[in-house]
Amino acid sequence: MSRKTLIPIGPYHPLQEEPELFKLYCDGEIVTDIKWETGYNHRGIEKLSESKSYDQVFFLVERICGICSTSHPFAFANAVEEIVAVEITDRAKYIRSIIGELERIHSHLLWVGLAGHFLGYNTVFMWAWKYREPVLDLFEMITGNRNSYAMFKVGGVRRDIENSKIPAIRKEIAVIRKKIDLLTGAVMDDPVIHARTKGVGILTRQDIIDYGAVGPTARASGVDIDVRRDDPYAAYPLVNWKVITAQAGDVFAKAEVRLLEMYESASIIEQCIDALEKMKEGDITLKINEIPEGLGTGRAEAPRGEVFHFVVSDGSNSPARHKIRAPSYTNIATFKKSCIGQTIADATLSLAAVDPCYCCTERMAAAYDNSSGKKILNANELIALSLKRTSELRKSGTGHE
Amino acid sequence: MGFKDYCFRKSLWVFHFGGASCNNCDIEILDCLTPRHDLERFGILLVGSIRHADVLLVNGSINMRDKDRLLELYHQAPKPLLVVAIGACGCTGGIFAEGMTFAGPVDKIIPVDAYIPGCPPKPEAIIAGIVKLAGKK
Repeated sequence: MSRKTLIPIGPYHPLQEEPELFKLYCDGEIVTDIKWETGYNHRGIEKLSESKSYDQVFFLVERICGICSTSHPFAFANAVEEIVAVEITDRAKYIRSIIGELERIHSHLLWVGLAGHFLGYNTVFMWAWKYREPVLDLFEMITGNRNSYAMFKVGGVRRDIENSKIPAIRKEIAVIRKKIDLLTGAVMDDPVIHARTKGVGILTRQDIIDYGAVGPTARASGVDIDVRRDDPYAAYPLVNWKVITAQAGDVFAKAEVRLLEMYESASIIEQCIDALEKMKEGDITLKINEIPEGLGTGRAEAPRGEVFHFVVSDGSNSPARHKIRAPSYTNIATFKKSCIGQTIADATLSLAAVDPCYCCTERMAAAYDNSSGKKILNANELIALSLKRTSELRKSGTGHE
Repeated sequence: MGFKDYCFRKSLWVFHFGGASCNNCDIEILDCLTPRHDLERFGILLVGSIRHADVLLVNGSINMRDKDRLLELYHQAPKPLLVVAIGACGCTGGIFAEGMTFAGPVDKIIPVDAYIPGCPPKPEAIIAGIVKLAGKK
């Protein structure tokens, strides 16, 4: 007779940087079922967004997730610009793409490091994070901050990249490229990494389609999707690049896709700065006087997949409704396929392989009391709570009016 | 030398609690441990259990679900314990302070010894904060 063991990972597990609870149901060493719980990270962003002006929402959506802190503003800008029906200037397009691709490099390096950490291969972790630093330096040079860039606004970007900075950027990209070479060589040829990642956490093409997974997770299983090509935005149609895919669907394939994507990103950035150099400085933003009534959808390819923003405007200066779907929301569901039947050590790696970002994924969920099965809070009660809190803030005078 | 000085005289072991954050502070804290900044040269080590820790780093706004867990962690920790609130959200709630699930900044829930502001604070700021804290007592 087999006995089931429950192994909880989280919510505040030293292996994870974010709070999230995974329950692995195990039969001996083998994982037979997996459940996950969210809500530790819920901040009510969609609701908060309705109380902020369009300019402020950019700062808010940037803080949905610190790692993809360009993808969310990107998608939101695309959505609002669809409502206004405006096309931004070419210079702004190139700058947006540069920031987006730099972010992809930093995010993928971060993932390679964390995957190494999950393998127990801390050398890779330290290397990857060391090589990530020049990317952050570039960010600091271009935008003034290492992580939250505040570069986007409706109708363009906030800061220009001066042409005088471009040689320095080009030099730094060359350095980063060399570092990626080193890392790719080390990861692709390492027999330990091969042994731990090949054939682990396999997702077939059909699984990806069934679960609607996106981004590198889908591309590693041979599903050729990329919003940058399929629904072009910013400068992506203006430069040459290709979508990287792999067929195996295991953890190694996901690493391969991400490592090779970094080269594509570096090449996109180089083409963008070449184009910037030939343009006049300063032509980065359009004056937008009002956001008309309407619906807008915006998509952007985050490092983890497709980010989707849906904005309803009622003609006022803040969104009437703002709906966000982050890539990890669909990618996390694939754990049901990739982890079951694996050993515990491999299951944790499969969890890490889709690069789950929990702070993007948080959803409002009704809370149930386990012992009595009674619902503790439903959506309406939470809205009532929100209204109560707003009125308290108004009374104390600390809220923005 | 008092008891507290004695406790914090040598290597500080740190436990990291990420509340409802945007992840930025979390990755900057991890960044402190990686080769460029390398906090371990000060003997500062990230540990897996609060029962081994001298310092509790809290970042992110604290939502209703995190609140009880943070309190429980605080009670489980061996005293004396230094609590550091990291980032705008840890210090005040930041941009999420008006959110519907926000349950008060960290210092409304547990006593805080040091605040490191910034969104996110640079690794240099985090290191400076912790070193200052260790030197102060």
